[in-house]
Amino acid sequence: MTTPILTLTIDGRPVSGLATETVLQVAGENGIAIPTLCFLDGLSATGACRLCMVEIEGSAKLHPACVTPIQEGMVVTTQSERLRSYRRAIVQLLFAERNHVCAVCVSNGHCELQDLARELGIDHIDFPGRYPALAVDASHSRFVLDHNRCVLCTRCVRVCAEIEGAHTWDVKNRGIRSQIVADLDTPWGTSTTCTGCGKCVHVCPTGALSEKGRSVAEMQKKRPALPYLVANRAEERR
Amino acid sequence: MHREELAARAAEHQRRLDGFAHHILVCAGLGCPDNEAIIAALRRAVAERQMENRVLVRKAGCMGLCALGPIVLIQPGEIAYQTVRPDDAAAIVASLGQEPVQRLLLPPDLPFFARQHKNVLALSGRIDPESIDDYLAAGGYGALLTVLTGMRPVDVVRSIQESGLRGRGGAGYPTGLKWATVAKATGDRKYLICNGDEGDPGAFMDRSILESTPHAVLEGMIIAAYAVGASQGYIYVRAEYPLAVKRLRLAIREAERSNLLGRAICGSGFDLTLQIRLGAGAFVCGEETALIESVEGRRGIPRPRPPYPAEKGLWGCPTLINNVETYANIPPIVRNGAAWFAALGTDRSKGTKVFALTGKIRHTGLVEVPMGISLREIIFDIGGGIPDGHALKAVQTGGPSGGCIPADFLDTPVSYESLHELGSIMGSGGMIVIDETSSMIDVVRYFMEFCMEESCGKCVPCRAGTAQIHRLLTRFQERRATAADLAMLESLCDLVKHASLCGLGQSAPNPVLSTLRYFRQEYLDRMVPAEPDGEVQP
Repeated sequence: MTTPILTLTIDGRPVSGLATETVLQVAGENGIAIPTLCFLDGLSATGACRLCMVEIEGSAKLHPACVTPIQEGMVVTTQSERLRSYRRAIVQLLFAERNHVCAVCVSNGHCELQDLARELGIDHIDFPGRYPALAVDASHSRFVLDHNRCVLCTRCVRVCAEIEGAHTWDVKNRGIRSQIVADLDTPWGTSTTCTGCGKCVHVCPTGALSEKGRSVAEMQKKRPALPYLVANRAEERR
Repeated sequence: MHREELAARAAEHQRRLDGFAHHILVCAGLGCPDNEAIIAALRRAVAERQMENRVLVRKAGCMGLCALGPIVLIQPGEIAYQTVRPDDAAAIVASLGQEPVQRLLLPPDLPFFARQHKNVLALSGRIDPESIDDYLAAGGYGALLTVLTGMRPVDVVRSIQESGLRGRGGAGYPTGLKWATVAKATGDRKYLICNGDEGDPGAFMDRSILESTPHAVLEGMIIAAYAVGASQGYIYVRAEYPLAVKRLRLAIREAERSNLLGRAICGSGFDLTLQIRLGAGAFVCGEETALIESVEGRRGIPRPRPPYPAEKGLWGCPTLINNVETYANIPPIVRNGAAWFAALGTDRSKGTKVFALTGKIRHTGLVEVPMGISLREIIFDIGGGIPDGHALKAVQTGGPSGGCIPADFLDTPVSYESLHELGSIMGSGGMIVIDETSSMIDVVRYFMEFCMEESCGKCVPCRAGTAQIHRLLTRFQERRATAADLAMLESLCDLVKHASLCGLGQSAPNPVLSTLRYFRQEYLDRMVPAEPDGEVQP
């Protein structure tokens, strides 16, 4: 059975895509940038960060582009004053949630959170910082997990479960106390499931996961590898 | 068991019950203290008087008036005693067939009982929740037999659609439409789930229904499974409800033994297995997709919808998920007909609704009223009004997802639409009465703390937004808030409401928004003049 091809309008431009594709995919193919953070090509989409929310004509709600399949005749708006103010608020909430001090961060200059702030024109944070006292897990021989920089996008959790198949990472606690844990909340270095592949480090959008020995601004992630890996695996299975 | 066998069994049990001259029913819910001691004392008193053959002491479900519990009901005669202690047993037994014990007597015409319209709670407090025979003798499982012997699944779905029943879990989605969607969904395997993860502070409708008439919920579920074509179901109950879990387990076992569950139910070609899943106390697991994740054995976090569970639910299969009270409404609808149900209530909100009355109200407890009744009737006539001469300030409906309705709107008829227009929601039926001694800021901050603690942490607006809103409300509580704080509070509420992933986040700002609408002055009264420019905030 062939997948139907649908046509729709994104930001006033007529575009087309397969019925199995999402608004985010089709927008990306057509060079329309929608801000994302938890989404990463090659991993399952969870719709958690809410940055890719778009307006769809005829619907009062906002829709996360990463998990919204396209529909025939859909009219999508990806940029509006309202969306921009929500996106700015969400990024600011993330900055205020933990201790994001760019000047002393290994990922300074190579950080997706920082890039988002720049794109959205955020030059200060309206909300007072919560400054939680969080630990740094440096028990692993090659990598470091710094909870202070974590935005809980769960890319590490997904890449470990979906691509590496180890499922070392998961989330403990609820709400504002949520935290990434290795195995059943053990120091990373003592994890019995971690294969040391380092995929989590390279998908992490911030400086929360980094390689040991990197100093300020030295941690550059090798992100483009993932889609090729996924594509090659799909090829092999066929 | 076939229709005739069940009828014979019910008749035999009824004969046995009729053999006793007096029935003493003791409210044995989780909320009634000492009920086991009372039952033991009553049985002792009966034995001492050698009346075992004439008097039957039975445990019963919740009788609703929790404020005056435990309640003991004597039949025949409908004599109800309040706040009974174990040492009252001798006097109660001695009075059987004579003048009632005056000091314990509840006035027989108490509006609390007289003004209610019991449908879901009709058998609650009247039968032993731990006896399937009691339920059968009261006509239980009759609706199921009607369905299995004379209705096609499509007829059942149509009947529920015609009744106008809407989901009792909170959102009020039309039940019949949900059933029709699942029934039409394609797939070899479909699932059925009962959502008993009641988590709103001040709500105990579902607990009481499960504790009082577990078989009514099972019967509703079996009918639903037949209608949508599911052969496997789960009942998700909070582990904090040990008595409900115990009685449900027993009810499932007894129903299985009587061939009301399992293979070829009552000689038909229809199979259904029901299992219990215990929730670990996360409020978010009341959200249907989070509940499904939890049943699957994963962390209870919501999935984006669509796809809705009716299309892709448990293990990716079409799944019907309804609340406890919704299922408990099914047998009466089948028994009495869709038209009977549709005649109750308002234009778009049909039937009756169970409410849990708590807070500053005389008759704390569980009531069932027809939709469309006014808040005033519920609070003042049935609930007995506000104690200690205080005045009503607001009614909080829908728990942490609902809003606060001020006293000016007491004459509003209660329906899904009218409560929504007032900035609140029907919710699952919690109703917290607030008098003028309480500060709305305290109330709202309490609910926001609840949402912050119970947020799953998946999406950013809910996880970080509720924490910031809670911080702002604390500033109001401590009388340190500024005009900038008020503006930030309003914009954050807008963000969390419209950008959160699931119902928990989307409705978390409701208590704040409704009090900003009706009690804005309380916020303004707690503000200080803005700090001069350049000064760093603490």
